Amino acid sequence: MAKSPEEEHPHKAFGWAAKDTSGILSPFHFSRRDNGVEDVTIKILYCGVCHSDLHAAKNEWGFSRYPMVPGHEIVGLVTKTGSNVMKFKVDDRVGVGVMVNSCKSCEYCHQDLENYCPQMIFTYNALNHDGTKTYGGYSNTIVVDQHFVVRIPDSMPSDGCAPLLCAGITVYSPMKYYGMTEPGKHLGIVGLGGLGHVAVKIGKAFGLKVTVISSSSRKEREALDRLGADSFLVSNDPAKMKAAFGTMDYIIDTVSAVHALAPYLSLLKTNGKLVTLGLPEKPLELPIFPLVLGRKLVGGSDVGGMKETQEMLDFCAKHNIAADVEVIQMDQINTAMERLAKSDVRYRFVIDVANSLAQSQL
Amino acid sequence: MESKSPELEHPKPAFGWAARDQSGLLSPLKFSRRETEEKDVAFKVLYCGICHSDLHMTKNEWGVTQYPIIPGHEIVGIVTEVGSKVEKFKVGDRVGVGCMVGSCRSCDSCHNNLENYCPKMILTYGAKNYDGTITYGGYSDIMVANEHFIVRIPDNLSLDVGAPLLCAGITVYSPLRYFGLHKPGMHVGVVGLGGLGHVAVKFAKAMGVKVTVISTSPNKKQEAVENLGADSFLVSRDQDQMQAAMGTLDGIIDTVSAVHPMPPLLALLKSHGKLVLVGAPEKPLELHAFALIAGRKIVGGSCIGGMKETQEMIDFAAKHNITADVEVIPMDYVNTAMERMLKGDVRYRFVIDVAKTLNP
Repeated sequence: MAKSPEEEHPHKAFGWAAKDTSGILSPFHFSRRDNGVEDVTIKILYCGVCHSDLHAAKNEWGFSRYPMVPGHEIVGLVTKTGSNVMKFKVDDRVGVGVMVNSCKSCEYCHQDLENYCPQMIFTYNALNHDGTKTYGGYSNTIVVDQHFVVRIPDSMPSDGCAPLLCAGITVYSPMKYYGMTEPGKHLGIVGLGGLGHVAVKIGKAFGLKVTVISSSSRKEREALDRLGADSFLVSNDPAKMKAAFGTMDYIIDTVSAVHALAPYLSLLKTNGKLVTLGLPEKPLELPIFPLVLGRKLVGGSDVGGMKETQEMLDFCAKHNIAADVEVIQMDQINTAMERLAKSDVRYRFVIDVANSLAQSQL
Repeated sequence: MESKSPELEHPKPAFGWAARDQSGLLSPLKFSRRETEEKDVAFKVLYCGICHSDLHMTKNEWGVTQYPIIPGHEIVGIVTEVGSKVEKFKVGDRVGVGCMVGSCRSCDSCHNNLENYCPKMILTYGAKNYDGTITYGGYSDIMVANEHFIVRIPDNLSLDVGAPLLCAGITVYSPLRYFGLHKPGMHVGVVGLGGLGHVAVKFAKAMGVKVTVISTSPNKKQEAVENLGADSFLVSRDQDQMQAAMGTLDGIIDTVSAVHPMPPLLALLKSHGKLVLVGAPEKPLELHAFALIAGRKIVGGSCIGGMKETQEMIDFAAKHNITADVEVIPMDYVNTAMERMLKGDVRYRFVIDVAKTLNP
């Protein structure tokens, strides 16, 4: 018979988990493995709340396993290192993102594309090689192979840096891959949430002209004055959208709900590229004529490899880019999830794990 | 003021076959061509390929057709007259015209040899010329076009089997290059084995690419493998075959213009693979975001190619002995040919023997 989460591994751990498809999180005792020769043990300070955590907690994608401890935007301090670990030492400030392992031997792993390794293991809601579940960062401690740990640059705040470990790399990677780094080119960003607001900051740092495209005009002042976007387009104003047809070199679509792609394809110039990053649970409709007549493309992207994740953090440190966060206590997580579902956050909740998790422990 | 009849619009008498209404049935029409202006090349049409677009247009399936319409944009012939400022061609040259006869020549696209994406690009037939008259295509005895939109056909490329390259050829050649699917050793799928598909197989093989044909009809397998040189053949309705081929293709050129499911094609792609559509279904296709995101895959489209690339494609075809597989027909067979093409009953392009059979 399988051991209980508390008994699976030798070291006690505590976090909050979703226990069923309601997605409601509550205190949960489990355990972490021994720190192996390649491992780093991390005391978790902060963990960002990603929309994927919500999708997964409610089994919106259909492959959730309960109980589930979400969280893949983890910042903490090293408390232990294995004998083969040279990159980190105790008390280093480090981060863990969306992956905790990969095969390390396929063509993707060899190209620093661990995120595309067919045997990549997610930080939570996946199976370790030993058959036990992975548990994420809504918890006090985590043990991770050093290859999947990144260093947090000294100048970065821990809370503002946590969301970069998923949101940051999720927008940075496609911006590089699809060539969105030529100064002066025009980038449209659909959706001003966790991903979108970081994309604005990184896009500006690349020297791009940035237009935020959103269904709510109330976000306009924020986008222009605080985030530094060059312009703002309300997507349900047909006249304004039409005036912007054929003006953008690229579009990053961060919207996680089902939505129409056709209007955004019209915004692209010839040879324009639309990158879709959100993960709605139903299919989108893709009109083909605009792709053919304008040689346009729609592509996807899925976080980034470890090397690129470190590069992204260093880039953000250099350009003073951090996420805009609302720090919450662990026991506020369910309210935060409800607000997240309504996009009522500027722009990422971050759980103050170190200062609030223990209080919720019975 | 009433516009002039097709016969009186221009000074040069011309003769062709046109569709006069949505039945799409073609019949003889007297019309006229403009004088050969200083940058123009006039040529006697020898052959014209029948493209599926011709059928879409004659039946007004895209809602943009003005009648009478003379289709044909895979046109080859011999130069009979050149304007005073023409530098690239002379009388007697073997030339061709494809899908375009004009563009603005001043926008970004035109400056990058991408006239096909110019917002003011003028189609060879069924489009409005700068003088307000309608363009007439190659199901006719003579053509007059600006030299920029004329390609030279090398001597070793026969005109009858070269004609379809002017649309079908460039339509598949351009995306193979733009999407980086032309590198030796790559593995590319071709969906649909018709006018576009069969030429795609030949070009890809000549580029050193391994080719798998993906088709709904198992009876095309022998042709694909033995005659066209495809390395393998997948029956798209066979779940087991499709499953076994998952994650094996660097790219797919999808020539099918009917609505069809994308997920099985995306699944055939390796990570970072590219699905390129050159046929244009009129309804949107369903896209599962996961399918693109999990493997960083791309869905793109492509539409013919610019003039520079069209010439490059013709020269490549001549060098590698790539020709279309054609059934040459007389002009008066054209309506039957259209019916057969609709049923996919042609290997793989009809070509009208205009010079010998178009009789006023």
